[in-house]
Amino acid sequence: MISSRRRPTAMISRLGRQEGELIDRSRRLSFTFNGVEHRGFDGDTIVSALMAEGERIFSRSFKYHRPRSVLSATFHDPGCIVQVGDEPNVRAAHRRLRDGMAVEAQTGWPSLRYDVGAANQLVGRFIGAGFYYKTFIKPQRLWPTYEKVLQRFAAGGRVQASSPHGTYDKRYAHPDVLVAGGGPAGMAAALGAADAGANVILVEEEYELGGHLRFGGSEDLVALRELRDEVGAHAGIEVMTNSVVTGRYDDNWVAVLQRELPQVAERLVKARAKTLVVASGLIERPYVFEGNDLPGVMLSTAARRLVNLYAVKPGQQAVVFAANESGQAAAADLDRVGVEVLKVVDPASGGELVRALGRGQLEQVELGDGSIVDCDLLVTAVGWTAPTLLVNMAGDRPRYDERAARFVPGGALPDTVLATGGIVGDGPLQALVAHGRATGTAAAHRALGRADSIDIPELEPAPHPALFRARTHGIVDYSEDVYSKDLVAAAREGYDSVELLKRYTTATMGPSQGKLETINTVAVLAEATGRSIEETGTTVWRPPYAPISLGALAGRILEPVRYSPMQPWHDSHGAKPIVAGQWIRPEHYGDAAAEVRNVRENVGIIDVSPLGKLDLRGPDVSKLLNFVYVNKWSKLDVGSVRYGVMCGEDGVVIDDGVTGRLAADHYFMSTTSSGAQAVHEWVENWLQTSFPSWQVHVTSMVSAYASINIAGPRSRELLGRLVPDVDLSPESFSYMQVRTGTIAGVPGCHMWRIGFTGELSFEIHVPAGYGLYVWERLMSDGKDLGVGPFGLEAQRVMRLEKGHFIVGQDTDGVTQALSAGLDWLVKLDKEDFAGKPELVWQHERGDGMRLVGLQPSDTHLVPAEASQIVSPSGAIEGRITSSRFSPTIGRSICLGLVSARLAVAGTVVTVKLPDGRHVPATVMEHHAHFDPEGSRLRG
Amino acid sequence: MIRIPCPNCGPRNSSEFSYFGELGSRPAPDAVDPAHWRHYLYDKKNPAGWTTEKWYHASGCRKFFAIERNTLTNDVKSGRPFGVESSSEESS
Repeated sequence: MISSRRRPTAMISRLGRQEGELIDRSRRLSFTFNGVEHRGFDGDTIVSALMAEGERIFSRSFKYHRPRSVLSATFHDPGCIVQVGDEPNVRAAHRRLRDGMAVEAQTGWPSLRYDVGAANQLVGRFIGAGFYYKTFIKPQRLWPTYEKVLQRFAAGGRVQASSPHGTYDKRYAHPDVLVAGGGPAGMAAALGAADAGANVILVEEEYELGGHLRFGGSEDLVALRELRDEVGAHAGIEVMTNSVVTGRYDDNWVAVLQRELPQVAERLVKARAKTLVVASGLIERPYVFEGNDLPGVMLSTAARRLVNLYAVKPGQQAVVFAANESGQAAAADLDRVGVEVLKVVDPASGGELVRALGRGQLEQVELGDGSIVDCDLLVTAVGWTAPTLLVNMAGDRPRYDERAARFVPGGALPDTVLATGGIVGDGPLQALVAHGRATGTAAAHRALGRADSIDIPELEPAPHPALFRARTHGIVDYSEDVYSKDLVAAAREGYDSVELLKRYTTATMGPSQGKLETINTVAVLAEATGRSIEETGTTVWRPPYAPISLGALAGRILEPVRYSPMQPWHDSHGAKPIVAGQWIRPEHYGDAAAEVRNVRENVGIIDVSPLGKLDLRGPDVSKLLNFVYVNKWSKLDVGSVRYGVMCGEDGVVIDDGVTGRLAADHYFMSTTSSGAQAVHEWVENWLQTSFPSWQVHVTSMVSAYASINIAGPRSRELLGRLVPDVDLSPESFSYMQVRTGTIAGVPGCHMWRIGFTGELSFEIHVPAGYGLYVWERLMSDGKDLGVGPFGLEAQRVMRLEKGHFIVGQDTDGVTQALSAGLDWLVKLDKEDFAGKPELVWQHERGDGMRLVGLQPSDTHLVPAEASQIVSPSGAIEGRITSSRFSPTIGRSICLGLVSARLAVAGTVVTVKLPDGRHVPATVMEHHAHFDPEGSRLRG
Repeated sequence: MIRIPCPNCGPRNSSEFSYFGELGSRPAPDAVDPAHWRHYLYDKKNPAGWTTEKWYHASGCRKFFAIERNTLTNDVKSGRPFGVESSSEESS
């Protein structure tokens, strides 16, 4: 079915030296394509090297698996997307050849030339517009099969999970002026701005500056060298090539993607430009006719690029359909390098292109007069598309210029965005450069806050014939295999708005994202509905302009990872790390249950450095505490600490902790580890915005102090060995008190007698630099007491044995204070505190959930956390919030939130396990499963 | 990304700030009924146009301040710190 002829390599070959060629003929590179060895030159693109070696087919099309070759010879060429090594979706008409590259076609099974999927061509009329919606919907049970089939036939490369992580980076830049586009107008704009004293970033998508000058004639090349030299010599201009401006956001926040930097795969530059100059040039658009995707059919700029930049002869015998100067120039280039130009068809003098014929590649062209021309190259030049993305993102809407037959900026730009070059209008080189220079100067003046009195010369789009489709139907969207007849059919089905049509047919939604396709889609729709292009309108350009890898978006990971000063000890003593917010903490040191037993019997120490710690100073601290905590703080003596709970204004528990009074006007607040930052903000918010007259100074001490909890019946003896200046005896340092003194020779340490674990314990805050030292002293000096470290897991078990709840674990985003069992703590007779009205009403209603201690009847069954508590009818009555097996009392224990009516000691509730089993559990009198009287704690 | 004019630090990227919503006033807790309190908690005007908002320079000076922002255009008028003088109008 498909032509198996292969042109002899010699027929498409490397030309002799071209004046503007980018290749370095002294540097030969070797690479493979589908496993076959090839050679090219430094400076080649993957595609130019392959074409020089006679290859013509680089991919198979998405739906019908038609062979595809070069169309535009740019980054956005839809037929030139390949796999290179482990990198999928490489734009091969853009990507520079490197020695040793392993290039593979991404589509085509079993091979590019004999693609079985190409049989789709024969049934093409059944795969028309909306075929996914119509074909693969029913029956549902076949979807897994459909998916497998579709994946095999769809384009897209292979992602290899084993690939090493590349290095991606981010940079922040603050240019006065950013110029998007490094053609003649963009270079002139950069020079105009830099000469006016601005710092300029000039961004160019290709590997070198110059735009269309690069593939022009001698005069263009002379002008190019002059401009490029001037730009290169200007200290005020930073040039970024092989880089693309992917979007412009609020306040000229401009995203620039830099590709293939030394040691860096991609870098995302976030530039805050005072002014942005859009010089994005023009994109040549394809013509719609039968056979317009045959290998051998290409745009005039593609032919000129291949010849002039890469010295590649794109064919032997050519027909040129030339509606403009670019077509004439391409014909002249081809003629110069020895391509036989059989016919130059000029639509202005009645010339008409009807169809291209050939099996697998171009063989003949049919013209309007009925003549058939044998040829292997058809070059079309039918007009331009202005890539208006960046001006659109600045609020401008494109306007259709009928004289020029293209969409142009609508003229509604903010002062901080200017446009120049082809996107604005056409003209000889001098006119483009003059417009660019003046625009750049104006941009600099605006950026630098000078009076803007620059006279910018006129630049108008030149008249151009409106050529979109021949009398035959052809491909509109090469990436998605959408034909013009599909669009006509879709319009007939009622999809006659351009936004609907786009989504129904997927036209403009492929890898080239409408850069080549949008205008023809609009034109075909206009024709099908009998409207003008202006009435039909265009789809909106959306960022990013070119694909950005996820690696570049992620960039360098800037999220901090926090370790306590004792981390080296944990690392060398077998701690199993666990991620807790930003912190890495020890979960256990091998055996959490043994750690629990050691604390209960001897003494253990735990690193609690991530605890939130706020130093509060000033005469009004007690007012602040009275407001942010639900309980009373006016009568806290110096040397005492108190437990407090904070609620939001909705009465929901947001944090808890203890605060101690170190001196008359000096308090020290501890918060939960995860709530440290939020509480700091919460406190500052009230102080700054509601009570600015209160004199309180708040300082976060989280990383200033290392914190250790020493817990267990021997903790007093252990700490006593290291503290010479504080009497630790229960008579002078009782439960809920705080002292400041010296630990192991380190002065200025705070010691609190509190106990999350339910044991006699001391929480010490040591200046962070001495944290590791004090920890090691506790371990060495307590050896005979049986001291051992314990991790978060043992602490969780012990606090559950003791019935202490954890905010966010045993409460959730709607748990008000009384539901958390804090009736004893909440003082509704206080004048005011955060969340008071809601708690007054909750108290009056008596409704909501209640936190209770629960014990399953099966003493060895630990219901998974979040297991539901259900009524006999199956209604949800609550859930298990925490559950563990207690090594201390030898049974399973839980905390749970249950409906208020079930929160009565002795009630047996039904717990529904994740596997569906229902098991009974008893509501306990206390939250605490162990030592509810607190005799150990207070000892 | 829009820029927020911090009255202490000048214009900075909005990613340095925390947004605390429209500026409202807190009803007196003893006299309020549930409807009014929940209006204060949950009901936002969310106008299509100019609104006054509270922002916090979390990654900077750690100061709260008010700005006027146009929700349609993201135009922002200069920030104003909270002070003793303005406290009576911002919090009843």
